[in-house]
Formats: sequence, structure tokens, C-alpha cells
Amino acid sequence: MTTPSTNGQPVLELTGIGKEFGAIRALHDVDMQVFPGEVVGLMGDNGAGKSTLVKVIAGNFRPSHGEIRFDGNAVHFHRPIDARGVGIEVVYQDLALADNLTAAANVFLGRELKRKFGPISLLDHKAMAARALDLFGELRSETRPHDLVKQMSGGQRQAVAIARTRLSNAKLVMMDEPTAAISVRQVEQVLSLIHRLKEQGVAVMLISHRMPDVFAVCDRVVVMRRGEKRADKLIADTSPEEVTALITGAKEAA
Amino acid sequence: MSVPMETPISFTNVGRSKWWQRGIFASQTGYVLAALLVLMLVMHFASPYFFTQGNMQNVAKNFSFIAIATLGITFVIITGGIDLSVGSMMCFSAMITSMVMVELSAPGSPFVHLAADGKAVVANVPGLILLVSVLAGLCAALIVGLVNGFCIAVLGLSPFVTTLGMLSIVRGLAYVVSNGRGSFPGGPDAEYFYALTSGDVLGIPAPFIYLVILAAVMAVVLHHTSFGRYVFALGGNEKAAELTGISVVRVKIEVYVICALAAGLQGIIISGWLGSAPANMATSYELNVIAAAVIGGANLAGGIGGPLGAIVGCVLLEVIRNGLVLAQVNAYWQQTLVGVIIILAVLVDRIRSRMT
Repeated sequence: MTTPSTNGQPVLELTGIGKEFGAIRALHDVDMQVFPGEVVGLMGDNGAGKSTLVKVIAGNFRPSHGEIRFDGNAVHFHRPIDARGVGIEVVYQDLALADNLTAAANVFLGRELKRKFGPISLLDHKAMAARALDLFGELRSETRPHDLVKQMSGGQRQAVAIARTRLSNAKLVMMDEPTAAISVRQVEQVLSLIHRLKEQGVAVMLISHRMPDVFAVCDRVVVMRRGEKRADKLIADTSPEEVTALITGAKEAA
Repeated sequence: MSVPMETPISFTNVGRSKWWQRGIFASQTGYVLAALLVLMLVMHFASPYFFTQGNMQNVAKNFSFIAIATLGITFVIITGGIDLSVGSMMCFSAMITSMVMVELSAPGSPFVHLAADGKAVVANVPGLILLVSVLAGLCAALIVGLVNGFCIAVLGLSPFVTTLGMLSIVRGLAYVVSNGRGSFPGGPDAEYFYALTSGDVLGIPAPFIYLVILAAVMAVVLHHTSFGRYVFALGGNEKAAELTGISVVRVKIEVYVICALAAGLQGIIISGWLGSAPANMATSYELNVIAAAVIGGANLAGGIGGPLGAIVGCVLLEVIRNGLVLAQVNAYWQQTLVGVIIILAVLVDRIRSRMT
């Protein structure tokens, strides 16, 4: 296994990130690095600041303090689309798919391929289906581009949501609780999808409550508690018991 | 790595569904169309007059009178919205059109001059008055559509409440501008107006021709442009549409504008057939229009609908009305039957989706 430090420059670098909502301090002085091809688990109890941190990185919130560097450059996101522009994609917990559209339509939603016919441009269904099929193949998910999303299993839906991130060649994919509320077999599929992303050199941040999943796919785990980063350890150097202790506060920091 | 790199996942138990289990054959539009064909066959045997040219022209004309507005409202229904103001809009648009036409045709307006005999009014440019007055009517609809869209998309009001209010506002405005009297298209261009709205080409009623053209355009827009994709995405999962970067506000405003313009055009066509635009014109037509869309398979929860369904719904309503007349059934039964069909159409769809 490659250790993160040998991968050279971090794709994402947070320094002293803080976020206040009025008198509430949601994040305090968070430093963090994520390297290409690395899977980082972000853990913490409800209200620990995981979601706020993700929203700061994704451009939903502007940090009150600190600096975000992406690919070596300082970045300032005003809207989610700015973050997407540099190569940060979020796969949401509810997956943000339109059930009544096909898999291919969902993959390309908002960035359809078109062909020009004089002044009018029409959707290029064929090219989109072919590209979507390639992406599903890359993720080794047997998902047919023409099938409606409402007929799909949880694992296939994940594949569609992840294929969206591949389409834009994202360098960092943040996944919010991708394994909550799906079957055991589908969890396996999702974890293998994360491996596919890693193989392509994509950095993945996995926000999860499920200890087994984090220990199965992550290279490193970051634990948040009360808006602060309490631990940042290689999976090889820690144990589920230690992480649980860090999350609950039984152990202050590591 | 604790998870093994498995061989490609294969789902041998999942096959492609049969051709008759997908597309139009598995949609409400599909079997309402089938029911319509059966009904027409029954009508043919029940009444020798049904398939005569005259009756067919009559049916084609009558359903075209609500079908264009139904196409428009289908856009709104696909996004999961509703527009109750279409009936009022038809009246208002028609009224503005005929009032502008009369105004521009009055002696002294820059668009006309007096003929040599000093009495007859002659248009300076034939057809220009008609064009300007129709544009004025559509412009009125456009403004109302923009206000609807703004209230719903930007201010976040519920479509039902907004358009219910607009139903009353626009109807009220129609009474205000006409003082309750209604207006009549007149002047030198009135002849063109009647020819274009209630005339026919080779026996095909003009409104039917507009309908076919607009339905074809709508099919292309819905299924082959990104705007159409966004309309469906909005109805399927509005939050997802927003997260993928689609400008939800813009698409919403656009569908309400399209709906208003369709209703406006429909109103102008109806006034040509009526020969006037009375202030109570098209009252409660919004219910017929919504009923036709729903019977044809548009889902009020959003995400499903199309031009074929809209037309099939309108034809079915008209064939039933026509059939009851030919069968000499008391005309008052018509409304009751329409209600039954609305519920039946949705019920059959529900039963089918439970079975599969």
C-alpha cells in the first residue's frame, strides 16, 4: 500500500479552517491534507462538524477563517459550481438523481452532449449513452444507460451518482454516507466503486458512520469532535476501538 | 486491501424488459389511446353519422379548441406544478387582441386610411393590424405568465395558490378593460382573422393544423433539447436538478410562460370561432384542460407527460361528448361521465404499476 506521504503534492490542503454561525462555532482550526488516489474516512458523531466541513470544501459555505488550497492553488468558492469547476464533486446521501429519467440522462444532467443543426442544438442521445456505458464499465457496474433510475437497485444508483463525478474528471470526490440504508450486497458494490475511483487516481473522502466500511476501504481516518479535528491516523496504525473512543470523547486526541 | 478485486459484477437475473412492457405500451397514454380507439369503433357501429366527414371535422375542431392550452399546461404539470389561470388567460388574451384590432382599425389610426368614397376603412398594410393585435394579446399572456413564474419560482409561493389568485385577477382584469361587455374583432383585417382561426385548409380545420405543428415542436423540445430534459428532471427530483447546477428558477419561469402563451393563443383562436370575446369566455376551461392532460397520462405529481397524451386526453373528452349527443343521451350526463373517466384513467394506471 502506498503511504499518502509518498504521493507528492496533496490535492486538497486545508489550513486553519474555521466556521462560525453567529455565536456557534461549528469548525475550529481544522488542518487537513488529502492526496491523489487516497481514500480518507471522515468520522464523527452527529454535530461533530463533518457536514459543515464537507459544505465548506464543496463551496456551500464560505469559511470564516483559514485557507483552502486545491491542486496547490489557493481557492475561494462562492457557490458549489465554483468547487465543481476545479474538480470537487459531492455524491449526496440521497444521491440527487431524477427517478423518472434514464441512467444516461442522470449522468449527463446539466451538462448534456449536443449536436448542432443550424441554429438549434439537439441532445446527442447516442453519444451520451455510449459514454455512460463506458463509465459504468470503468466502474464495473452492470448498469444499462437506457434503464430508468427508479427501476434500479441502491448499488446501481450509487454507480450512476459516481459516474457523474467521473464524467467531469473530478480530482476529489466526497461521498456523504454512501452505505447508509442499502443492503449488505450493495455495500460491497459501493466499496468496490470506491476502489475503482482510487485506481483512477481520484482522491475520495468518505463520510460515514459505519466503522467496518471505513476500515475496509480507507487509507486514513480523520475524526472530528465538537468542530475540531481530534485525530488523523493511517488505518494501519489504529483500530475500530480507538476510533470509537475518539468519536465519543472517551479518548481526547491521538 | 481487505476488499478483493472481484470479477465484473454480472446480473444474469436482470433482463431487458419486453417491448410491450416499456415505452408507450406501458404508459397510461398507451392504454387511454387504446380505449379511445375501441370507443371510436363502438361509436362507428352505434351511429352511422360518427365517421362522416362533417362529424369528424366537427370533432377535430372542437378538441383543438382546448388541445393547444393542454399542450401548454402539460409542460407545467411535468415540472410538478399546476396552472389554474389558463381559462381566464384565454379570455383576457382574446379580449386584448380584439380590442387592439378595433382600436387600430378606427379612422385616424396610423394603420388605416379612408377609401376613395370617404366611408370604408382600408388597411395601409393588409395583415399588419392582425399581426400587431395578436402579438398584443400574446404579450398580455406573456406578462401574466412571467408574474406567475416569478411568484412561484422566485418568491416560492405554491403554484396552486398563485394561479388560483391569478385566475381571479385576470378574469377581473378582463371585466375591467371591457367594462363587462366583451369585444368583437372588427376592422379591415377581421376577415383574415376569421379565416386564420375558424377557417380550414382542404377540409382540415385551421386550429387542428396549428395543434399538430405545435405538438410536433413540443415533442422535439421535450425529448431532444436540454430544456426538455430539465423540465422532466424538475418533476422527478427538484433538489437533484438544483444540485446538478440546473437553473431551476429559470426553467420554472419558462414553463409558466409557455403555458400562458399557449392559453393566450388558444383564447385568440376560440374568439375567432365565437366571433367575439365575451368577458365570461372560457370560464372554468382550466378544469377541462387539466382533466384532458391528466386523462392523457400527465402525472400531477410531476415527471411524466407529453404532447401525445395531451391530445389523446382532449380527443377522448370530445369523442365522449360527441358520442353522447349522437346517441341522444341527455347532455347533462356528460360532466358526470368525464369525472368517471378521469378517475378510471388514473385508477387503471395505479393497478398496472402495482402489478409490475
